[in-house]
Amino acid sequence: MKFIGTVIVCLTGGLLLYGTMDLPDWGDPGSPASTHLSDYYIEHIMEQTQVPNLVTAVLADYRGYDTMFETAVVFCAGLACFLLLRDFRPKKDRYFRHVPTGVMLHFKNPDTRMIADNEFEHMDKDWVPSDMIIKTVCRILIPFIQIYALYVVAHGDFSPGGGFQGGVIFGSSLILMAISYNLKTLVKRVTEKFLSIFAALGVLIYVGLGVGAMVMGGHFLDYGMLAPLLPSDPGHIRALGMLGVEIGVGIAVMAVMVIIYVNIVSEGRHDEGL
Amino acid sequence: MSDILSLIVAKYNFWLYIILMMIGLYAMIAKNNLMKKLVGMNIFQTAIILFYVSIGYKHGATLPIIQGGHGGHSAHDAVIRAADYINPLPHVLMLTAIVVSVATFGVAMALCVRIYQRYQTLEEDELRMRVSEKNNL
Repeated sequence: MKFIGTVIVCLTGGLLLYGTMDLPDWGDPGSPASTHLSDYYIEHIMEQTQVPNLVTAVLADYRGYDTMFETAVVFCAGLACFLLLRDFRPKKDRYFRHVPTGVMLHFKNPDTRMIADNEFEHMDKDWVPSDMIIKTVCRILIPFIQIYALYVVAHGDFSPGGGFQGGVIFGSSLILMAISYNLKTLVKRVTEKFLSIFAALGVLIYVGLGVGAMVMGGHFLDYGMLAPLLPSDPGHIRALGMLGVEIGVGIAVMAVMVIIYVNIVSEGRHDEGL
Repeated sequence: MSDILSLIVAKYNFWLYIILMMIGLYAMIAKNNLMKKLVGMNIFQTAIILFYVSIGYKHGATLPIIQGGHGGHSAHDAVIRAADYINPLPHVLMLTAIVVSVATFGVAMALCVRIYQRYQTLEEDELRMRVSEKNNL
């Protein structure tokens, strides 16, 4: 297999390298990719949408239909992870830790009822105590990461950023919480229900804006038709529509990233995880 | 010889991406472990993303964000020249591709977890052996 692989790779690589001879030079302003459609976008976006960030404008407005289905793909990925891995079966062995003393209790009978008040903590077999330094640093960092994520989403029209990036940063802040404490701390604060609802809500906001434009008499995702609904000057309405779409994308991506992480690290059991 | 060298220098970005892509392709073909195959797939995707982004680059151009665009109407006075800004289209396509690749990677890892739960291995040859064992029983 290794020999066949090497031969295939060498052949394909040689063919592709031969093909580069016909490709334009690096950074050539006259290359075919940079001469037709992109010139139109660069020259007309400001007057048509008033959004200085061309990437956001193309992403959320000119190619809005495409981005909607990209968001749907992300949503479906979260759904697939949930359906493949989620395990609702109760565990046979249960472990409790007495918080003040650190003594561990092991219940072999799953029917044992235990009144777990604040002194006892339900835990997993491979539980390891997390480090004080890591916990403290992450507790200080996480709010700043989240603020930055919200900034990236909200300022995506004017500076590098947008829904996908902001959503991933926000999701990673939640994942950092799960890594530095443990998965249960995260699942207790950000429940599975919350995540599922938000993943669907993000896609719904996107589609809702598109349908809203249709109800107002325009085409699907034609944000300019939303002007009577929002208190803003009509020229700026497309930027507002894009912002709404980006918020929807950000919510969906954030929720899906956390769903994927939580399900994979705990093999769908949502207990201790990594 | 100098011909080839000047050719490489003019298009060195493509050469680098093709080498990277072939590393990923080799990992996907030759590696035995499913996780390593997935890492190879990710390297392959990264090479393609870099390839697209490098296509959008223009010499002497800046980020695809209109300068002075914050002020609303005042920005209309200045003429926007396409040569001043790099091509935004590859960036748009790759922006979504990155997130979708992360999501699909998550699904692939979920499948790996399920395979491991059932067969206790991710090595391809062992996996094939255990599948045929199960079929023979």
